[in-house]
Amino acid sequence: MRALDLDYMLGLVPVILGYVPLTLGMALAAMVGALALASLMAVERVVRVPVLDGVVQLFISFFRGTPLLVQLFLFYYGLPQIIPVLAGINGVTAAILGLTLHFSAYMAESIRAAILGVDRSQWEAAQAVGMTQTQSMRRIILPQAARVAAPTLVNYFIDMIKSTSLAFTLGVTEMMGATQKEAAGSFLYFEAFLVVAVLYWAIVEILSFLQKRLEFHLTKALAR
Amino acid sequence: MIRIRGLTKRYGANTVLDAIDLDIEAGERVVIIGPSGTGKSTLLRCVNYLDRPDIGVIRIGDLTVDAAKARPAEILALRRRTAFVFQNYSLFANRTARENITEALITVQGKSREEADARADAILLDIGLADRANAYPAALSGGQQQRIGIGRAMALDAGLMLIDEPTSALDPEWVGEVLDLMRRVAERRQTMLIVTHEMQFAREIADRVIFMDGGRIVEQGPPAQLFDAPRDKRTESFLRRVR
Repeated sequence: MRALDLDYMLGLVPVILGYVPLTLGMALAAMVGALALASLMAVERVVRVPVLDGVVQLFISFFRGTPLLVQLFLFYYGLPQIIPVLAGINGVTAAILGLTLHFSAYMAESIRAAILGVDRSQWEAAQAVGMTQTQSMRRIILPQAARVAAPTLVNYFIDMIKSTSLAFTLGVTEMMGATQKEAAGSFLYFEAFLVVAVLYWAIVEILSFLQKRLEFHLTKALAR
Repeated sequence: MIRIRGLTKRYGANTVLDAIDLDIEAGERVVIIGPSGTGKSTLLRCVNYLDRPDIGVIRIGDLTVDAAKARPAEILALRRRTAFVFQNYSLFANRTARENITEALITVQGKSREEADARADAILLDIGLADRANAYPAALSGGQQQRIGIGRAMALDAGLMLIDEPTSALDPEWVGEVLDLMRRVAERRQTMLIVTHEMQFAREIADRVIFMDGGRIVEQGPPAQLFDAPRDKRTESFLRRVR
């Protein structure tokens, strides 16, 4: 066993850190998209619009039932062959799209469960004062469901950040892609991948800390 | 005035409401009493379509809603002419005491925030909870929550207030303050349909008491007559048991 090249590792840190904005940017963009799509699908699953319900169920089933990597390849390498307009799609866009669709399927189920977890009496009270279904959902039910779903959704965000590393298979130079290139030049694979692993870990730890703060904040408002 | 005709609700083979006819005059305070499971609460919930009746026509003022062909817009209009007080308060958990009162004033009645806040503050003062305006329901006692529930209903200025066993879920120590508030609302000649097991309270505030059993109105009349000289044996035996 040889000794670790610590100087190389330290030198690599700022290089990889330079790609953190791209990694977080992709995750954030996908999170926003996934949240919006998941909320719509969750509401649909609760209200059950005929025909649309089948489509949403199929969507959720497919994106939960197949590997993310397969989905990314399907979007980036496959779809442009069928739909020529997509031929110019770049790796970053494809990765964001793939992450959005993949995670929206999971998040829709959490949000749906959270909506169904809101006490029936809240619906009744909203209806009784004359609110429409949409008003009841938007002003009374969803805010309460959001509180319940928030910790889980942050978990998905953390998972999403880690999953952005798959974008490197689409030729995107993000944290993982940059590391791969560095390692290929230096042949110090262990050092390089250890550094990137620790950096992902640090990002996740920071988010976990924020998540605990958020959870505390959310439960405080409803407690005595 | 309110006119209810043939209101019927079934759950499978079980008829919970059996063709109820009921007229309520403006300003009239009507109390429904009767054994558990006889459709009292279902009657209230069918009047504003929280439970959809199977058959029956409800008329409030110029609005007529027929269960056979009730459209969502009619049901909404019906609900906007009634206010409901729930047994379990059912305050909006994500809204403060004041916001529980202003919510419908803003979203349903289209009032401005200032106007709604002013109305809510007047009501909070009236019901003795001005100091709890910014508290969330979870931080309020059962009695305080139910007073907010009544305040929320008062703010709607609805033609008919439907009140479903307002003290049944309360610890005994909070029953008094809720009954006191309801007495005050009743004194203002708010049209009310109340389901309650508080017989003394019913006797005090009711213009008319209805005894229900088996999904039907068995007997009705002024409190003195119904409580002191019931005509039907079922009424008599029920009153003997609750006394």
